[in-house]
Amino acid sequence: MKSLDSLLRELPFFAGLDEEHARLIAGCARNCRFEAGQYLFHEGDPADEFFLIREGRVALDVVAPGQDPIVFSTLGEGEVVGASWLVPPYRWMFDARAASPTHALGIDAACLRRKCEEDHDFGYLMMKRFLPVFVKRLHATRLQMFDVYRRG
Amino acid sequence: MAVSRQNALVPALYRVGEVYRELPDTVTLRLVPESGRRPPCAPGQFNMLYAFGVGEIAISISGEAADEGFLHTVREVGAVSTALARLAVGASVGVRGPYGTGWPAAQGADVIFVAGGLGLAPLRPAIRRVLAERRHYGRVAILFGTRHPAEMLYRQELEQWRRRLDVDVSVTVDHADTLWHGNVGVVPALIPRATFDPNNSVALVCGPEVMMRFTVSALREAGVPDERVYLSMERNMKCATGLCGHCQFGPEFICMTGPVMRFDRIASLFSTREA
Repeated sequence: MKSLDSLLRELPFFAGLDEEHARLIAGCARNCRFEAGQYLFHEGDPADEFFLIREGRVALDVVAPGQDPIVFSTLGEGEVVGASWLVPPYRWMFDARAASPTHALGIDAACLRRKCEEDHDFGYLMMKRFLPVFVKRLHATRLQMFDVYRRG
Repeated sequence: MAVSRQNALVPALYRVGEVYRELPDTVTLRLVPESGRRPPCAPGQFNMLYAFGVGEIAISISGEAADEGFLHTVREVGAVSTALARLAVGASVGVRGPYGTGWPAAQGADVIFVAGGLGLAPLRPAIRRVLAERRHYGRVAILFGTRHPAEMLYRQELEQWRRRLDVDVSVTVDHADTLWHGNVGVVPALIPRATFDPNNSVALVCGPEVMMRFTVSALREAGVPDERVYLSMERNMKCATGLCGHCQFGPEFICMTGPVMRFDRIASLFSTREA
């Protein structure tokens, strides 16, 4: 059975991570499995654990009163689920649901934030990995909003 | 493959052999020549289609029909495209072409098709060619993004491609409904999820220009060199012979050196604002 730090380093997101930092993150991590349809988290809940998908697919949705949930993004293998753990008030802004059987690494957000505070070099390294992911998502969201396929 | 300049402005008479309803506002027309055989064409090229009494527009060739006709997928956008899309079987159409450059053959390489919306139409002949000669290519990925599940072009054919075990087909929609269980998000987001060797890949991209800009960025990030990325560019094509200048794109005329252009040759123009 593989250790958590070796599982972490297999993820493209953590590629090139040195052993010490992998151990630091692994100390906040756990292995999780979600059945299709099971929620990873709900809007409004404390953002105390985020996820890295090892296998499977996760749908992000928002619910409006009287309507079915609207899926606005799906995430796949190697992708990070959840950004609200990084910024106060640390509450989820949407629901995350497994769209297929999903294996993920859950990272205790408070634990990782504390380690980032204690070691700013490590914290900066983490920011350099997370920030591009979220900037890319922002760009993708803009493209989605442009509605580029609408009738001319 | 291009028509001679002498005949380049004279439309040949074609007949609508069949009309396939693709979407409520989009049809595929099978056009057959009234006499003789149609000229040869390459995937990626376009024809000028003339709706008599209305006008003429450039439409990509979306397939070669088994009976030697052309397939053209037309969406009702303006007066001419609406007139073409509403033609009945047996109606006459003027056809000039084929014009322009085609998609590269890319044999021996991994091939990544990235299509957005109606951009799947000009790519379809190239996809069909690759799948018909599958053993000559490496890995093949077809990444398709559309607005909504109900607006998916060539849905049946996509499903057929998806059933094959030798091609990776990923479809995503910008806006899902409750019946959709596939990917949601923009098509460039599918690129990091596809498997290919960036240094031995050729990417063929077609869709709205904003979508192509984001796609090029994602391909660069995946390590695909600019000279291995081909885009189908769209401008206002009128004469299709490089005379009128309507389709000018920097120093290029899209009707002559395009529509399929290698990205490294147009990179500096790509984000330039045009009046």
